[in-house]
Amino acid sequence: MKADRSIDIRGEVCPYTFVKSKLALEELESGQVLEIILDHDPAVENVPRSMEADGHKVLSVKKVGKDWKILVRKA
Amino acid sequence: MRKSFEARFLGQKRSTKNPFDLSQDQIVRYSRQLILKEVGGKGQKKLMSSKVLIVGAGGLGSPAALYLAAAGVGRIGIVDSDKVDLSNLQRQIIHSTRTIGRPKAVSAKDAIQALNPEVDVVTFEERLEPENALDLLKGWDFVIDGSDNFRTKFLINDACVIKGLPFSHAGVLRFIGMTTTVIPRQGPCYRCLIREAPPPGAVPTCQEAGVLGTVPGVMGAIQATEAIKFIIGAGNLLVGRVLYFDALSMRFDQFELRRNPKCPSCGDRPVIKDLSQVDYGNVCRVKAE
Ligand SMILES: [Zn+2]
Repeated sequence: MKADRSIDIRGEVCPYTFVKSKLALEELESGQVLEIILDHDPAVENVPRSMEADGHKVLSVKKVGKDWKILVRKA
Repeated sequence: MRKSFEARFLGQKRSTKNPFDLSQDQIVRYSRQLILKEVGGKGQKKLMSSKVLIVGAGGLGSPAALYLAAAGVGRIGIVDSDKVDLSNLQRQIIHSTRTIGRPKAVSAKDAIQALNPEVDVVTFEERLEPENALDLLKGWDFVIDGSDNFRTKFLINDACVIKGLPFSHAGVLRFIGMTTTVIPRQGPCYRCLIREAPPPGAVPTCQEAGVLGTVPGVMGAIQATEAIKFIIGAGNLLVGRVLYFDALSMRFDQFELRRNPKCPSCGDRPVIKDLSQVDYGNVCRVKAE
């Protein structure tokens, strides 16, 4: 799965993890895929939850080394 | 570990700058509204490039100015010719004991910039008059009527209708407040509600009748809400409706207001085409033609 845009929010904690993820997604067109790279463990639950609450589709949540990679398709 | 991770994502469209070119501080400052779908990055950018004029830095203008500044409105204009008086501080919460004796416009500017230094504040230490109204209202997106007298309220209405400028009207007395939003040519105006001002002395002023400080607080916050909604294009505005607030019974009521086709300001054949056609000295009546 190739992302249309990637946002690196390593170092960010909640709520800025999902604030920045939401803003990045807002800049995309419907159907495009955003890749979110983060390292704040609680965000791995919060970010997908807030994305799904807004109606977007969380495609995958993967651990890559110490970091996490989340793919979301914009509704 | 980090290095191999970096390498893995190399070559992808990768940005270190924030979405919508917002600074880190802006993302933190506005985070609670940025995550609202109705605001988001687009709405925040609209707010940051918007210009709102507040006529009167009093009981209504105080909360309106503070909330608009807090929300990140780019430019706020304050029109007020008075100086801060001790008796103002019971409700005019943008001022403080420390600023007694200073021009209200300047005192308000200081408070706004202490709250949010990103806001560009323009002060007009003068009264809104038929002679300067059209000039003062030039270049703004939305106007807040925070005035305390019928003369200024009619003047704001007539001038805004002439210029097609949206504004929020509000009035308060004792425990009662009312407010409506006027979008000229889309809905009724203040003169559709009241054709002319009551004769001087017929309606007591706040000075004579008193007002609970929280009443203009609630109304001014609603006025700021209407300005923000207008700027970001969200929800339904108080257009064609008058919201009536009674703090003693703690009730909100609303009644419908229709555009009066015979309204001298916004009717089918408006007679107020420039402000010289109205006698603002008395009851704001249209001069005989
Ligand atoms: Zn009218």
